[in-house]
Amino acid sequence: MTYLAKPLMHHPSLPRNSLGYTRRDYEGKISTLCAGCGHDSISAAIIQACWELAIEPHRVAKLSGIGCSSKTPDYLLGNSHGFNSVHGRMPSVATGANLANRDLIYLGISGDGDSASIGFGQFSHLMRRGVNMTYVVENNGVYGLTKGQFSATADSGSKSKYGGVNRDAPIDLASIAFQLGATYIARGFSGDKEQLVPLIMGALTHPGAALLDVVSPCVAFNNHLGSTKSYDYVREHNEALNRLDFITGRAPIEARYAPGETHEVDLHDGSRLRLVKLDAAYDPTDRVAAQRHLLARQRSGEVVTGLLFLDPEPEDLHRHLNTVATPLFALGEDELCPGAEALARINARLR
Amino acid sequence: MNPTDIRNPDYFHRVVDCQWACPAHTPVPEYIRLIAAGRYADAYMVNWRSNVFPGILGRTCDRPCEPACRRGRVEQGNQPTPEPVAICRLKRVAADLKGDVRARMPSRPRRPNGKRVACVGAGPASLTVARDLAPLGYQVSVFDGDPRAGGMIRSQIPRFRLPESVIDEEVGYVLDLGVEFRPGHRIDSLRRFLAQGWDAVFIGSGAPRGRDLDIPGREECAAHIHVGIDWLASVSFGHTTRIDKRVIVLGGGNTAMDCCRTARRIGGEDVKVIVRSGFDDMKASPWEKEDALHEGIPILNNLVPKRFEHRDGKLIGMSFQPVHAIFDDSGRRQLVPSGEPDRYFECDEVLIAVGQENAFPWIEADCGIDFDRHGMPVLDAVTLQSSVPHVLFGGDAAFGPKNIIWAVAHGHEAAVSIDKLLSGEDPRERPAPAVSLVSQKMGIHEWSYDNDIDPDARHKVPWREANEALASIRVEVEIGFDTATAYREAQRCLNCDVQTVFADKLCIECDACADICPMDCLSFVANGDEADLRGRLRAPAHNTAQALYVSAALKTSRVMVKDEDLCLHCGLCAERCPTGAWDMQRFLLDVTHAGPGCRKSPERVAA
Ligand SMILES: Cc1cc2nc3c(=O)[nH]c(=O)nc-3n(C[C@H](O)[C@H](O)[C@H](O)COP(=O)(O)OP(=O)(O)OC[C@H]3O[C@@H](n4cnc5c(N)ncnc54)[C@H](O)[C@@H]3O)c2cc1C
Ligand SMILES: Cc1ncc(C[n+]2csc(CCOP(=O)(O)OP(=O)(O)O)c2C)c(N)n1
Ligand code: SF4
Ligand code: SF4
Ligand code: SF4
Ligand SMILES: [Mg+2]
Repeated sequence: MTYLAKPLMHHPSLPRNSLGYTRRDYEGKISTLCAGCGHDSISAAIIQACWELAIEPHRVAKLSGIGCSSKTPDYLLGNSHGFNSVHGRMPSVATGANLANRDLIYLGISGDGDSASIGFGQFSHLMRRGVNMTYVVENNGVYGLTKGQFSATADSGSKSKYGGVNRDAPIDLASIAFQLGATYIARGFSGDKEQLVPLIMGALTHPGAALLDVVSPCVAFNNHLGSTKSYDYVREHNEALNRLDFITGRAPIEARYAPGETHEVDLHDGSRLRLVKLDAAYDPTDRVAAQRHLLARQRSGEVVTGLLFLDPEPEDLHRHLNTVATPLFALGEDELCPGAEALARINARLR
Repeated sequence: MNPTDIRNPDYFHRVVDCQWACPAHTPVPEYIRLIAAGRYADAYMVNWRSNVFPGILGRTCDRPCEPACRRGRVEQGNQPTPEPVAICRLKRVAADLKGDVRARMPSRPRRPNGKRVACVGAGPASLTVARDLAPLGYQVSVFDGDPRAGGMIRSQIPRFRLPESVIDEEVGYVLDLGVEFRPGHRIDSLRRFLAQGWDAVFIGSGAPRGRDLDIPGREECAAHIHVGIDWLASVSFGHTTRIDKRVIVLGGGNTAMDCCRTARRIGGEDVKVIVRSGFDDMKASPWEKEDALHEGIPILNNLVPKRFEHRDGKLIGMSFQPVHAIFDDSGRRQLVPSGEPDRYFECDEVLIAVGQENAFPWIEADCGIDFDRHGMPVLDAVTLQSSVPHVLFGGDAAFGPKNIIWAVAHGHEAAVSIDKLLSGEDPRERPAPAVSLVSQKMGIHEWSYDNDIDPDARHKVPWREANEALASIRVEVEIGFDTATAYREAQRCLNCDVQTVFADKLCIECDACADICPMDCLSFVANGDEADLRGRLRAPAHNTAQALYVSAALKTSRVMVKDEDLCLHCGLCAERCPTGAWDMQRFLLDVTHAGPGCRKSPERVAA
């Protein structure tokens, strides 16, 4: 970690977004993670995505559990709301917060331990309920904060820094999210921001449960030979299905990638996702076919990245529960507590 | 682009903008750190070695380092008025606070080497030659027509900018090395002088002639019209002590500024400067103009002198034609009448400060010294030798009027040439500088320099009250930084000599350095040619005067590209790098002066 605060000085040409903010205005405190941690790159990508979307910082709520990954909300969006909860319990806090105020943009940041080990149940229920949020898992295959024990996402056969071999089957959070009905599913790599930033932008604007599984090497405990989550391994096995461009109304469309077959999805807020297919056989809007394809390629040892699934007509928790649109804090006492008479009427209906 | 060759000493030298811009290549950040550490005497000696006159230059230097200073660039967009580090005035701090440094000066040589070197003129160029050669055993004699040594430092620069005691002290350090000084001894025939059999002769006679203005009335009013540099010299040596109340100073350079400010102190009450050019095109440094304005001296621009007006043989005023500047296609300036009526200003005396020229009436045509059609000696630009190999020129005498620090730089180079020549070596083979590159890492995130970036704006040097300052010509106007302000100002220095050094073999392309860099200096991109790369970096690299540092291809076949332009040298990249691919290393470059180091031409490579 670094002890100095990052100097506020910035490049004179640093651009401003439509709110007048520079990218630096979306930064948080200086990171205390190990130098070179993939998580810091993901933080930088989130900062970039929020800046590009010109999100008002006070409209974001950052939520996390416990772990190195869960510490990172402190290192970005210094002017946003935040709740650092207990280990594996970010999903229930996120669900509750979202129920109370659907107007905020919810950004959960978790780790593979936090979400696939201790918080696996919470993770699953959040996905199946369709909580409208961006759920980032910074996936390094280990418990980084507690010094590198295998987590539940560690691949079978991968080696720990101290030589032990993991024999258990890995949990693939993206596959689980498919099954549980998540409506936006993507996988990225902390070492490829060009791919990652648009994936985050897509997730932040998606009006449903969006899972981003980001492979994020732990330089201290899982970046060695025999690890399947090291910089070298991921670079060698990374197979991108597609390249995503996030097109907001104001930004001109610029092709960032080599041409391929493109596929555009109009979003409800007027923006558009443009996918350049790198694998022609993959259709990210077909939940069943996509899952099968993904499974086959993962079995052959590929780290498949890109936009894995998108439901352009998502539903979320509030729709399921038919809740009131107004955030609870904006309702008056009379509306929140309609009184004994109203209670009596409800009870009467249930008799 | 090809990978950057950081073993070439010029590469990192250029990154140290101030040192590169300094004609004598003073290691600026090195002495600034010493000042911050309170080691004033050490800071003084670093300067003394490079520029010989730290106390003088700390008050008067033309400071080419400051416009070059990186701080001025990084403050763009970060500070309402971006300003460089006050490099020059920090030098003065070292001189003011150093205490007694006599014991640190080189000792006189135990044995003379039997070689006799003469210097014509006792200005900064000659004194530098003397300082470099005397400790080596050369017998150096310095001749000057003036009664005291210092050249224009003593005769021209007014005392309110530079106290005499400072000149005495620093000229003294040189003469105390066993240099023979021959005051009041003007050389009037080079032919006869050469016949005295000197092993080498250095001509540092300056550019002693002030340009005159040949317009109607000049002759009639001669008694009240003075050529600026002659008049200043006369004031400096105490021959002139008064001027009449209403004074017009003609000219827009630093001499004009010294003339008007001097006049203001010895009787001039209504003093004005009248210049042909516009205010921004004036030759004077911005701070010199500021100082004059601060003393209530108006500067009137775009007026071309037409006539000295006189009545009964007495000057009564001057008329001027209003003009404006137009620029032709080649950018050359032309002053054309604006059509407004002439302007007239009353005055009692006029000081002409419209330029300075070289003059070598004492060098006979048959001495063998070639002159060009402008009357300047034909010189080898590197060795400063004339067409007579053992006669060298330096300072204002070499390439026309410049300034003190250029005179010093020439002096060093000429001393090297003389030393090599008289040792039987080829003066054209110049010595390589001594360079070292040393890691500053002390702990995981500890460096042996202060890498925290200070946000302060430039600190102002305190001035004496205007009344008090104008009361006497001997009262120094600037007071100099106190220790606390000097510390704060020193902390603004970015330590540009602590270089970011990249080891491509170690990089795992984790992006940590690029993410943390506050100035977006670092990019990992596909290689390309320079123009292409400059447009494709995290932040555009439009300042082509600043280098791109390009690595060899990394594992992903991309390259690391660093735009040196706005790097804060904060070391965060190195703190963030998991593999130590970045390191902060102090680059120290010492120009090799005359002496054994310049002779053996030893192989020196960057560490
Ligand atoms: C008014 C004024 C103000 C200036 N202010 C500054 C300033 O603030 N900062 C700055 O950096 N520069 C300043 N300069 C310029 C600076 O003074 C000169 O560039 C510098 O002094 C040149 O040094 P030099 O060694 O070449 O010669 P000089 O300093 O000019 O010295 C030459 C010496 O040679 C002597 N000499 C000449 N011919 C003979 C001869 N035939 N025999 C014997 N002796 C001879 C002269 O008497 C003189 O003493 C100023 C110049 C002027 C005119
Ligand atoms: C209830 C509880 N159990 C155990 C721990 C110890 N613990 C802290 S972080 C952590 C694992 C974090 O792993 P992960 O979410 O992958 O985060 P990483 O540090 O790898 O980013 C564990 C087990 C805890 N803090 N609380
Ligand atoms: S910041 Fe310091 S080292 Fe850099 S150019 Fe300025 S004075 Fe020199
Ligand atoms: S020292 Fe490193 S982090 Fe700091 S500004 Fe320079 S390149 Fe960027
Ligand atoms: S931090 Fe170090 S390893 Fe990472 S990209 Fe930068 S130089 Fe390479
Ligand atoms: Mg983990």
